[in-house]
Amino acid sequence: MKELKPAMLMCLLFTLLCGGLYPALVTGLGQALFPHQAGGSLLTAANGQTVGSALIGQPFTAPGYLWPRPSATADFSYNPMASGGSNLGPTNPALLTAVKERIGVLRATGVSGPIPADLVLASASGLDPHLSPAAARLQIPRIAKARGLSEEMVANLVTSHTEGRQLGLLGAPRVNVLAVNLALDTISR
Amino acid sequence: MNLPNDLFQFSALLAAVVLLAIPLGGYLAKVYQGERTWLSPFLVPCENFCYRLCGVDQNDDMSWQRYALAMVLFNLVLFLLLVAMLLIQPLLPLNPQKLPGLSWPLALNTAVSFVTNTNWQNYSGESTLGYFSQMVGLTVHNFVSAASGMAIAVAVIRGFVRRSSAFIGNFWVDLTRSVLYVLLPLSLVAALFLVSQGVIQNFSAYKTVPLVQATTTEKPQLDAQGNPLLDRAGKPLTDKVTVRQATIPMGPVASQEAIKELGTNGGGFFNANSAHPFENPTPLANFVEVLLILLIPAALTRTFGVMVGNPRQGWALLGVMLFLFVLALGVLHWQELASTPLLKQLGVVGGNLEGKELRFGLAGTDMFEVATTATSCGAVTAMHDSFTPLGGLVPLSLILLGEIVFGGVGSGLYTMLAFAVIAVFVSGLMIGRTPEYLGKKIEVREMWMAIVTILIAGIVVLILSGIAIITPAAVASMANPGAHGLTEVLYAFASMANNNGSAFAGLNGNTNFYNLLGALAMLIGRYAPAVAMLAMAGGLAAKKYVPPSLGTLPTDKFPFAFWLTLVILIVGALTFFPALALGPIVEHLAMVGGN
Repeated sequence: MKELKPAMLMCLLFTLLCGGLYPALVTGLGQALFPHQAGGSLLTAANGQTVGSALIGQPFTAPGYLWPRPSATADFSYNPMASGGSNLGPTNPALLTAVKERIGVLRATGVSGPIPADLVLASASGLDPHLSPAAARLQIPRIAKARGLSEEMVANLVTSHTEGRQLGLLGAPRVNVLAVNLALDTISR
Repeated sequence: MNLPNDLFQFSALLAAVVLLAIPLGGYLAKVYQGERTWLSPFLVPCENFCYRLCGVDQNDDMSWQRYALAMVLFNLVLFLLLVAMLLIQPLLPLNPQKLPGLSWPLALNTAVSFVTNTNWQNYSGESTLGYFSQMVGLTVHNFVSAASGMAIAVAVIRGFVRRSSAFIGNFWVDLTRSVLYVLLPLSLVAALFLVSQGVIQNFSAYKTVPLVQATTTEKPQLDAQGNPLLDRAGKPLTDKVTVRQATIPMGPVASQEAIKELGTNGGGFFNANSAHPFENPTPLANFVEVLLILLIPAALTRTFGVMVGNPRQGWALLGVMLFLFVLALGVLHWQELASTPLLKQLGVVGGNLEGKELRFGLAGTDMFEVATTATSCGAVTAMHDSFTPLGGLVPLSLILLGEIVFGGVGSGLYTMLAFAVIAVFVSGLMIGRTPEYLGKKIEVREMWMAIVTILIAGIVVLILSGIAIITPAAVASMANPGAHGLTEVLYAFASMANNNGSAFAGLNGNTNFYNLLGALAMLIGRYAPAVAMLAMAGGLAAKKYVPPSLGTLPTDKFPFAFWLTLVILIVGALTFFPALALGPIVEHLAMVGGN
C-alpha cells in the first residue's frame, strides 16, 4: 500500500487547489470585472428596491401584462427555488390536456390563427425569461385594451425589448417578459 | 425557424471544435511526455512542489497493476471524503440556507456519481446542497474525475507506444499534469467568460424579491401526518394561496459550470442544470459550453496520433466520431423541428418546445443535447423526457453506443481504442491477415479486455432495467405512462452505467432502489473498463514492435474508419435493438398511427 499516502495527500492538495483557491480566484476576478452579472443581473426599481433578475422569469396572469411561457415549477409557476421542466412525454395525455387548456385561455382573449409553440409549451428551467417575438405580438391587442393604450405604443415597447440572434448568428430572437412588464408599469398603472 | 442559419451554427461549431482540438491535442502530447510548453516556466515549479508535498517521485514508472491501484485508491479516498461531507453538511461553513445533511443512500449515490464522472443527480442542487458541499465537494470531483480519465487514456496510449516495457507511466504525474496544465487554466478562462455572460459567482444568501404581479396557486391540504386530503370524489382538496414574493438562489456557479462542461462531468448547480438561466444565460454562453464539452475528447484523438507517431491514426478516430455526431445531430434536429402530429393538430407551430429554453433556439438546444450525450457529460439545456419519441432515441442511442462519439474526457478515447482493437481483429479474421494495431499483435488478452470494456456497460443496463420493470417500487417511479415509462427506466440505467448523468428526468430516482442499484451501475461502468484497458495497455507495452508488412491492414485510412463505424453500429444494434424497439420506437409508431 505504498500508494495510500500519495492518494490521501493528493486528495487534500486538489481539494485545496480546485475547491478553495480556484473558486476564490473566479469569485474575486468575476466580482471585480463583472459585478452586475456575478451578482445575478438583478433589476432595481426607481425606489432602489430589487424587483427580480433580468435572467429569471416571473409569473404574469393579469390581462394588462405580457404573459410568459407556461412553467412547470413546483408550488407555483416560476418558483426559482424549484427549477425544472414538466418532464411530460410527447404522447402523454396530461401534456395534451394542458396544451388544449392553455390554447383555450388564449382563444378566449381573441387570439386566432396558429399558436406559437413557446406560448403553450413549458420551458426546461421553468424560469425562462423570454418569449418569441411572435408570441409577444399576439398579446399586444389584449394588453393595449386592458391598459387603455394604443396598440402601436405597446408594439413599440415590445420591439424595443426584443433582442436578435447573438452576434447575428446564435440562438433565437427573443423578448424579455419581465423587462416589458416593468416598462409597461412605468408608462401606465 | 430558419434552417440555413441552423446549419451555419452547426458548421461553425464543428469547425471550432476541429480547429481548437489540433493545437490543444499537440499541447497535451507535450505535457504528458514532459516536454516544455509555454506554461512550463510558471507551472514546472508548482508541479515539483506538489510532488514533494505528496512524496511522489516523478521518475518512478509504474506497472499497469500499480497504476490501476493508485487510480482506485485515489478515487476511494475522494469518495469517502465526499460521503462524509454530504452527511455532515449542517456542520460545514458557507451554508447560508441552513440546508440539512443528505440521507445515506442519497449521499452514497451522489458521491459515487461524482467520483465516477457520471454526475447523475437524484437531488435538486438549489434546495439540497450548501455552497461548501458544491464547491469543496463537487467542484473538486469535477476536476479530479476528469483528470483520472485523462491519465488512464494517456497510459493506454503509452501501451501502444512503448516496446518491450513493463511500465506504462506514473499515475500521480499524469493526474497532476492534467489538472495543472489543462483543466485549471482552461476552467479559469472559461469561468470568467461565463460570468461576463451572466452566470453568477458569489457567496450571498438567496435573494427574496417581491413579485411584480402577485400570483395565486392551489396548495394541497394535508392531514396531521402530512398526507394529502381527498374529497368524496377522490380529488385532492386544495387551498388557494396568494404568492407575493419569490426566492432567487445564489452561489459560486460559474467556477463549477466551466469544469462541469470541460471535464464532461455534467452535474448541475441547479436542478434544471444548463437550462437554468444562471448556468447558461445566453446563446453565446451555450455555444461556448458545447465547445468546452467537445474540446478535450476531440483533442485527445490528436494527442493519440502525435504520441503514436502518426497523426493520421488520430484523424481516423476523429473522423468516425464526427460522422456519428453529425448523423445524430441531423436526426434529433429533424425530429424536434417537425414536432409531433398531436401538437400540429392543435394548431401549435414552431417545433417541439416542451422542456426547451427559448433563447438557444432549437439549433442551440439540439447541438448541446447531442454533444452532452455523445460525450459522457450529461449536462442538459433541455428535458430529454419531453423530446419527440425518435428525438429521445438519439441521446439514448449515443449513450448506449458506449460513449465513444468523442466520449468522456479520457474514457471516450480509451473506449474507442477498444472498438478499434475489435475492428482490427474482426477484419483480420475476415481477410485472413494477422490482426495488428499500431505495430502490436492483437491476441487473446487484448480481445478479452476490449470485450469487457465494450460489453460490460450494456450487460449492466439490460440486467438492471430488467430487474426494475419487475420491481413494483421501481415501476412506481415512472412519470409517464406506457412505452415512454420503459424508456425512462432504460435511459436511467444507460446513463448511469455509461457514466453520462443525463436523465429522462420524470423518473423519480431518489428511492432506495435507484440510489443503490444506480450506484452499482456507475461503479461497474467506470472501473471495469478503466482497469481492463490498463491491463490491455500493460500487455501491449510488454510486446515487441511488429513493423508493418504487406499483410498489415492500414488503420489510418478511410476504409478502416468506415469499417470501424460499421463495427460500432452493429455491436450497438445487436445489443440494444430489442429494448429500443419496446421503448421509443413503439411509442413513435403508436403516435403516427394515431393511438
